[in-house]
Amino acid sequence: MGESPFLYRIMPAVALSTLVPGESATIVAIHTEGPLHQRLLAMGFRTGKPIELIRRARFSGPLQVRIGTTDILLRGNEAEKIMVKKT
Amino acid sequence: MKRIALLGMPNTGKSTLFNRMTGASARVGNWPGITVELLTGRILLGGDMVEIIDLPGMYDLHGFSEDEQVVRHFLHDNVPDLALIVLNATQIERQLSLLLQLKQINLNMVVLLNMADEAKKFGITIDTAKMTEALGIPIFLLSAKYGAGYGEALQAITKALRYTTPGMAEHLRDQLKSDNQIEAEMARVLRHSVQVPARLPDNLTDQLDRLMLHPWLGLPIFFGVMYFLFQAIFFLGQPLQTGVNDLFTWLRDAAIAPLLAILPAALQGLLLDGIYNGVATVAAFVPLIVLFFLFMAIVEDTGYLSRAAFLMDALMAKMGLDGRSFVMLLMGFGCNVPALMGTRVMRSRSLRLLTMLVIPFSLCSARLQVFVFITAALFSPKAAPLVLFSLYLFSFGTAILTALLFKGYLPNSEPFVLELPPYRFPTPRQLVLRGWHEVYHFIHRASKFIVAGVVMVWLLTHLPPSAAPASADTLAGMVGAWLHPLFKPIGITSELTIALIFGFVAKEIVIGSLAVIYGLGGEALSHSLALQLDWVQAYSFMLFTLIYTPCLSAIATLRSESKDNGFTLFSVAWSLVLAWLVSFIFYQGARWLGY
Ligand SMILES: Nc1nc2c(ncn2[C@@H]2O[C@H](COP(=O)(O)OP(=O)(O)OP(=O)(O)O)[C@@H](O)[C@H]2O)c(=O)[nH]1
Ligand SMILES: [Mg+2]
Repeated sequence: MGESPFLYRIMPAVALSTLVPGESATIVAIHTEGPLHQRLLAMGFRTGKPIELIRRARFSGPLQVRIGTTDILLRGNEAEKIMVKKT
Repeated sequence: MKRIALLGMPNTGKSTLFNRMTGASARVGNWPGITVELLTGRILLGGDMVEIIDLPGMYDLHGFSEDEQVVRHFLHDNVPDLALIVLNATQIERQLSLLLQLKQINLNMVVLLNMADEAKKFGITIDTAKMTEALGIPIFLLSAKYGAGYGEALQAITKALRYTTPGMAEHLRDQLKSDNQIEAEMARVLRHSVQVPARLPDNLTDQLDRLMLHPWLGLPIFFGVMYFLFQAIFFLGQPLQTGVNDLFTWLRDAAIAPLLAILPAALQGLLLDGIYNGVATVAAFVPLIVLFFLFMAIVEDTGYLSRAAFLMDALMAKMGLDGRSFVMLLMGFGCNVPALMGTRVMRSRSLRLLTMLVIPFSLCSARLQVFVFITAALFSPKAAPLVLFSLYLFSFGTAILTALLFKGYLPNSEPFVLELPPYRFPTPRQLVLRGWHEVYHFIHRASKFIVAGVVMVWLLTHLPPSAAPASADTLAGMVGAWLHPLFKPIGITSELTIALIFGFVAKEIVIGSLAVIYGLGGEALSHSLALQLDWVQAYSFMLFTLIYTPCLSAIATLRSESKDNGFTLFSVAWSLVLAWLVSFIFYQGARWLGY
């Protein structure tokens, strides 16, 4: 809400792995291929979908993200390949 | 006979539905990838016998992991007359993609939106009539776990069976529409029929996870929970086991021995001291095992396994493994065989092999029986649970050591992406099914291995007839003497050596063979063991038992899952070497320290 469309447009896309817990964003690109790409699609990762970072595990462990009603764990390596725009 | 297949993404409740339809006790758990192989059951539907097939979950028809291949091969080789597509109603927004893919291969199908109870709780409304219209497939909302909506769905299934599957495309993959087309169609179907609140109400899962997955408290809580569970099993199970033991001893003295008195002495010995003592000593563990698996079922069904994967992934990554490997180690606490098969969800062969190399060190329930028996015999009631816990630490320790040593040979870059399901709680019905399943499994093993094992041990310890039973002149004595140089440095006597040899087949036989070797059952055997061994020897024996390979079934599974004789041989050889080394260091170290 409250965000001007203009501001939204000029906000740079960042990697999902850079979000901090509690931050929400919109998926803008998924730079993966092959089996991983298919798996991410099936888990609900699609461009335009809102995504929220719930928490990170200690010792640079996996991230917990929420897309709609699905919670997913993924490592930083994979999260780096998913570009988002913060909302 | 007509055939109905259950298809859907992992963890959507296919096996729960299968159990409800067939009355079977297929394994159910709140973890994506519990079912990795197809299961069949038969029921009477509309007057005809029908075969129901439960399949592993699949994320999409591209299917690259081994469990998904099972589904692809199944669909390719034998087209079912009807496919029940099971989707999680709360995740309909994303799971619709699989349905749309499946729709393209022209199966005769009925869609079941499962977990209606959760959808309602989350405030998700689904207009099945509108959706049926938009898709042209019958759609039903139900709850496989609690039964709501099941009757109606079953009627529709019976009706749909009258039609047949039009036939299927030769090459599934080539037929699939592009992901973009699927996306557009998903939006079209969902627009009018599904409403999901923008933000889910803060639910129990979120609240619990704030504690269970806490950055600092998460891991300590995890280990605390594990410790508590094992203590509970020991404290509840051990008295039960003693009770059943006493019952068997009483039965023997009061009824069976007098009945068999008319038989010749040798036959009496075989039946009483051999089979009865051996089997009764093992059977006394049934309550403990049932209790153990009830706890396991609760842990599996709550969804805590995925939380364990989250908490441990970073540490496991340092060992070349991932969070799922850790979950398989935990599952191995029940039985190593399903844990080995559970690695099918991994795509990278290296990761699978490395995980399969460490699973056999997971202290399974059969080994637990041996340890409960021996710790109760040789340690004070206060020390026994701690000793037992220390063996679990050794179990983890040897797994970690193995992974660290061999990760260099099995490098992998498998991505780690895993669903985190909400917490769920098993119903009494699910618990009873699981408990019964384990008793059945145990009786099955008992009749196959344990009886044959104790008879063999009895023969070895009583032949040739001229020798005094269990003396050095018997066959067993000779084998024991021959292996003595190998086992003396680790403090294992020749009687125990015989038990270890049979333990190779199944760990349940270890206690059974000790009963036969000493000619004593239950309590009496415990006392006799306590007189013949000191605690250092006993602990060394337990370490060896823990590490030197789980059982023949596990080896066979290693072979069939890896499809590699060399790997299987290596795994067995490595565990033997490691078992000897660890026992040696412990035994000699303890003696050197003056114990
Ligand atoms: N609330 C609720 N939970 C359910 C329902 N059906 C199944 N479950 C739970 O969902 C989880 C998964 O159930 P399973 O039957 O093992 O799912 P599956 O589809 O066979 O899973 P895989 O074998 O891993 O593909 C378990 O914890 C079940 O108890 C339901 O209708 N409502
Ligand atoms: Mg299943």
